[in-house]
Amino acid sequence: MNHLSTAILTSAICLGLGTPALANRVFVSNEKGNDVTVLDSETLEVIGHYPVGARPRGITISPDGKELYVCASDDDLVRVFNPETMEETHTLPSGPDPELFVLHPSGNPLYIANEDDNLVTVVDTKTHKMLAEIPVGVEPEGMGISPDGKVVINTSETTNMAHFINSETFEIFANVLVDSRPRFAQYNDAGTKLYVSSEIGGTVSVINPETQTIEKKISFDIPGVLPEAIQPVGVRVTKDGKKVFVALGPANRVAVINGETDEVEDYLLVGQRVWQMGFTPDEKYLFTTNGNSNDVSVIDVAANKVVKSIPVGQQPWGVVVAPN
Amino acid sequence: MKGRIIILLAGLCATSPAMAQQAAQKPAQTVRAAVLRVDMNELPPISRLDTPPADLGFAGARLAIDDNDTTGRFMGQDFEALEITATPQTAVAELDKLLAEGISFIVTLADEENTLKLADQAGDRALIFNARARGDRLRGADCRFNTIHTAPSHAMMADGLAQFLMWKKWSDWFLISGSHPEDIALADAYRRAATKFGAKIVEERIYEDTGGGRRSDSGHVQVQQQMPVFTQRAKEHHVVVAADEAGIFALWLPYQTWDARPVVGSAGLVPHSWHPSLEAWGATQFQNRFEKLATRTMRDEDYQTWLALRMIGEAATRTNSTESATLKDFMLSDRFEVAGFKGQKLTMRDWDHQLRQPILLTTGDVTASVSPQDQYLHQTSALDTLGIDRPETQCKF
Repeated sequence: MNHLSTAILTSAICLGLGTPALANRVFVSNEKGNDVTVLDSETLEVIGHYPVGARPRGITISPDGKELYVCASDDDLVRVFNPETMEETHTLPSGPDPELFVLHPSGNPLYIANEDDNLVTVVDTKTHKMLAEIPVGVEPEGMGISPDGKVVINTSETTNMAHFINSETFEIFANVLVDSRPRFAQYNDAGTKLYVSSEIGGTVSVINPETQTIEKKISFDIPGVLPEAIQPVGVRVTKDGKKVFVALGPANRVAVINGETDEVEDYLLVGQRVWQMGFTPDEKYLFTTNGNSNDVSVIDVAANKVVKSIPVGQQPWGVVVAPN
Repeated sequence: MKGRIIILLAGLCATSPAMAQQAAQKPAQTVRAAVLRVDMNELPPISRLDTPPADLGFAGARLAIDDNDTTGRFMGQDFEALEITATPQTAVAELDKLLAEGISFIVTLADEENTLKLADQAGDRALIFNARARGDRLRGADCRFNTIHTAPSHAMMADGLAQFLMWKKWSDWFLISGSHPEDIALADAYRRAATKFGAKIVEERIYEDTGGGRRSDSGHVQVQQQMPVFTQRAKEHHVVVAADEAGIFALWLPYQTWDARPVVGSAGLVPHSWHPSLEAWGATQFQNRFEKLATRTMRDEDYQTWLALRMIGEAATRTNSTESATLKDFMLSDRFEVAGFKGQKLTMRDWDHQLRQPILLTTGDVTASVSPQDQYLHQTSALDTLGIDRPETQCKF
């Protein structure tokens, strides 16, 4: 019996693809490599590289883990893959130059930022039809959604605003002016705070979603790093809202922020030009994409420690971890 | 072109129904500006690839107005920029017309002399944005309080290149300058940069513009004979630094020098404020937007004009105002910053009204490096390692 279970375990590990629930697949889009690198979240090994179209950037996965969405920016569409086989199942109309998107918590619809066209496109993930095009500011990029799914946030990089969009009527009901080049918008799970990063401004604005006002601006100061190199991009918040991670671009650091006081508590050294991040479902690890060193750093969330860096493809951009 | 005036209206961007739906409730307040380009009766450039397009600078203005108007929809603000071409003879009269219309933001695309003439004519009636002239005297002894420089100065360009050369340990320079006053001014900037960063100019020569050898059917044949001879027997050097603002000879230097040395400056590795090869810092989508609108790639003059009008738009957004005086005060304050797709915020030097900005070092096809180089530190801003810093300025407002 003992031998038998060992044999089963061994074969499961060898198969790789079929490993049981503990390991999750990690998907990293490589902007210049036109592919996605798939990693194993437990062994932290590369499973494979898969072509996904031209200039893949934003990447996300359905809540049931059955559909992987990739913004193929230069193909002007969203490509959808079977996360297990990495075979393309269909495409979604995205509008031109899709960069980043966010899924409704229910898995439908998908809200896509069209960077070259000053639009947010809304697409039904079931019917594959475009539901709406919402005119926003110049160079829309960051996309966030409230935990209740009622408010979609888009940030426009040259207009410098976070646009609050009603997710059902598709109307903008508030605009909050933030610092230069807002790249990313992230709610905490309680829906009480909205974090918006400003790449050139060098700050993260903490916005009260109720009043749509900035309550605090988090700034960063790292000894030995030029202030100009501190460029906040990706933001992730733990489910309990207690820890906020901010990727600081060419500062090659991820800031760890206390989600209650919004004070910076630590800086973690990662690879070069860190932009986007993704948690494992159990929040044991946080993966970061390092575009200039072509690797992914793995952060141990509880310990605030970088435990490994994994070479991926050319200019890694986005990352998402399968929910199951 | 003599005396011909072209007036175009730009930025009256079509309002689609969807856009109208999103527009702010209050009636839009308009910010008016003009781009005044003074075209000289110049010879064609050495390379036909460098022939200036008819919409040089104006295309950058159109993109800026599009950008400003998109943001303006959320602010209840509207932007426009008149596009005017003039000759040195008609420039002042054209400026007077704009001032009479009450336009108080004027972007100039002119040489040093005409830029200064226009600035003095405008006086306190308008804020001038110099989007072309690089001369250091416009930021020094001849600076004007009413003039903001979005074009980087010769000193900034020379320092940007010098930092890179010192990082390469290419410290011994063979400086070849043209014989025109603007070439001599540029050569001065290289001499200053050499002193500032510890390079040695081991040899200097002047390439006299005798009116020939520029471009003719047999241009390359002549050049192939002339350039090796011209550069023969120079003292041992690491690089040839070409100061050829007039565009007479430098492009003929690479591969034609007596010694096998790289050419930098006006040819080879060339400092620019913008280059169509740049992809970092969101530049790709900026290039895409421009190329879609202009059906050509972006040049320095387009970028510098875009930057001037974006400064106005940014000031209007941040101050929530369209009042000229409010916008001007804000742009000249230490609170002002604007993003320009070069990886960091661009801010204003209060001592000479030069906009701080990184300098791209480019070859024909790529952006090879961007200065300031990381090794050069500064107590205020790394960007102040480029150009004339506060303690050394000759500008007195």
